[in-house]
Amino acid sequence: MRGRVVISGVGNTRYGQHPGRDKIDLIVEAARNALADANLDKDEIDGVFVKLATSSPGILYGQKVSEALGLRPTIGCALDQGGAANIGLVTYAALAIEAGIIRNALICYGDTARTGTHAAYHRPRGDDAVMGWYSTAAGYAMIHQAYRESYKVPDEHFGIVAVTARNHGVGNPDAHLRQPLSMDEYLKRPFVIEPLRRDDMCLVSDGGAAIILTSSEEAKRKKNARAVPILGLGQAQESWEVHLRPNLLSTRARDSAEMAFRQAGIRREDLSFAQIYDCFTITVLLTLEDYLLAPAGQAGARALSEGLGVDGWLPLNTSGGLLSESGIPGLQLIIEAVRQLRGEARLQVKEPRYGIVSNQGGSMHTHATMILGAAG
Amino acid sequence: MSVNIQIAPVNSHYWSALAKGELHYQRCQKCGHSWLPARETCPRCLSEESEWVPSSGRGKILSWISYHKAYAPHLADRIPYNVAIVELDEGPRLITNIITEPPDRKVSVGAEVVLKIEKDFGLHLPRFRLASPKPMSE
Repeated sequence: MRGRVVISGVGNTRYGQHPGRDKIDLIVEAARNALADANLDKDEIDGVFVKLATSSPGILYGQKVSEALGLRPTIGCALDQGGAANIGLVTYAALAIEAGIIRNALICYGDTARTGTHAAYHRPRGDDAVMGWYSTAAGYAMIHQAYRESYKVPDEHFGIVAVTARNHGVGNPDAHLRQPLSMDEYLKRPFVIEPLRRDDMCLVSDGGAAIILTSSEEAKRKKNARAVPILGLGQAQESWEVHLRPNLLSTRARDSAEMAFRQAGIRREDLSFAQIYDCFTITVLLTLEDYLLAPAGQAGARALSEGLGVDGWLPLNTSGGLLSESGIPGLQLIIEAVRQLRGEARLQVKEPRYGIVSNQGGSMHTHATMILGAAG
Repeated sequence: MSVNIQIAPVNSHYWSALAKGELHYQRCQKCGHSWLPARETCPRCLSEESEWVPSSGRGKILSWISYHKAYAPHLADRIPYNVAIVELDEGPRLITNIITEPPDRKVSVGAEVVLKIEKDFGLHLPRFRLASPKPMSE
């Protein structure tokens, strides 16, 4: 990969509630913003890559989105890899660009899980529902509990992730939840599914987001000085249901990161920030550890002592992440990474050189990693 | 009440064994791998030659959670209730409930458990109770 494909534009809707609007209209709004940001005519898009809507997946979704955009692209498709699908789509789009099959790819996602249906998140989990095994959150609660009891860490180790993300989202005008959170408030909240408290769990949001990929040559030809190079992409799938996998305290996020770092040719200490998929606070701790950014069982302790703010050990989820900006999975983390590396972020990290984005889905079933470099 | 179990040729033995008071799991006759839930094919070697084997009913808790929110109407009068991942001594794992009687016994990761089949929703469900603490060794 190493910079041969760039992100030439990003766009999003406001996140939160869009009552009465259709998810495809939200995608079109985000795509229009991304096209304007890339200074690109829509008819130059010849690849449309869509993440399936979590709340209401359906067939031929890539084609429905293309129709709404008035496009008949070379490649049009939708993908399900749960929350890892956005970086998955980036990977397949980048390969198609490198192979010369397409020139400009639109990667997009929209959903109305907030004002529409969030039954997907509350679902009975197969025959095991007879045991009361319901909801997406329950799988993460199992991992959270195994981590908490195995490493014997205090709840503050999880709390610091929520407190950081929430405080980063406060001044973000597009964020769904702009309410700061203190550690005391975090600890006082009742359990939803013990050991998870409300603030360990991401938002369920309406919204849309889109990014545009092109080749670095094309971006140069267009004199796009704000294009952000993709230096490394990784994936690895855990796949097995949470109760069947060999180890609850480590995931194949480790292999996904290894692949991305190897491609990018950078070291862990070269990172200026991380946008880590924070659907639940445990996901951040485990991902930081699987990415070898913290020793096993110690990500929370390091976060507490050295901070995850823009001046901290590792600036984390600087626009609020899934816990504050938007529960819409994945793309908003890439968009924030791009804004950081252009120097256009609201909470700007000083002169960032490299940033990492993690995506994951299911109950840590799927993993994808992206390393980006500074614009220009 | 909205509990819907899919009983099919592949798993009917599992449920009928429970109704007779035994927890059975599948074992591959080719590679020896043991597993649950029921499948036609060994997920390790893809052999179709498997047999149903009775479990000792002993295992340990790999993780557990406690629901304080009811995700379906029929669960409203059950909260708070626990759900646990139990690994049988023979290897297969289940999503199950831990019976917390007497109530002073604490559910925890690593705790040893013993099968107790309970009738619920017209089915025989494999639940577990915490094993009696082992006597101190000399």
